[in-house]
Amino acid sequence: MKAFEVVTEPIDPQAYADLVLRPEAGAVTLFTGHVREWTKGVRTLYLAYEAYVPMAEKKLAQIGREIEEKWPGAQVAIAHRIGELQISDIAVVIAVSSPHRKAAYEANEYAIERIKEIVPIWKKEIWEDGEEWIGDQKKKPEGGNQ
Amino acid sequence: MITLHYFAGLRELTGTSQEQADLAGKTVEDLMEWAADKYPGIENASARVAINEEYALPADVLEDGDTAAFIPPVSGG
Repeated sequence: MKAFEVVTEPIDPQAYADLVLRPEAGAVTLFTGHVREWTKGVRTLYLAYEAYVPMAEKKLAQIGREIEEKWPGAQVAIAHRIGELQISDIAVVIAVSSPHRKAAYEANEYAIERIKEIVPIWKKEIWEDGEEWIGDQKKKPEGGNQ
Repeated sequence: MITLHYFAGLRELTGTSQEQADLAGKTVEDLMEWAADKYPGIENASARVAINEEYALPADVLEDGDTAAFIPPVSGG
């Protein structure tokens, strides 16, 4: 396994927590994002995720570097699953370790916000009566070196 | 030649995930115009373009052998 990866198999969150755990770390935050059944009153049957895998892994690693700059001493591992995912499956896991808890909490939230901005991964919601690629959940960043 | 990638809704719009095109020397802006001509509607998809797996600017120039990807608004997480 890699610290920043796109995977097709079910994610074991503990593996990523273990990857960032080290003697200097007094805190590890482990976020798991799951497939939600109901969104704004519409029932999702399952999700299909697609990625531009090599670029997505580069962008995940970039988020890791951004975090290490913003929160010195923090260490990050992120995995995102693609393919067909069922309700409650883990779509994404973010593990952050840091000497103290505040940085681990803050950096973990920063990571998921950045994933939704810059990482080329797309989600299609499949409902009982249709399906749609989801986009623009956050503001669209300007072009250029993000 | 330039290798082009289309993802998600743009893959469905174009009916292809990958193709080659003779666009070396053209800018990202030129590429968008070329694509809009070939695949009407793609210009309304709010897509960004990545060259060699990095987001590009409209004035960036494609070089022979580059890979360009149309990146519709992302929805990971």
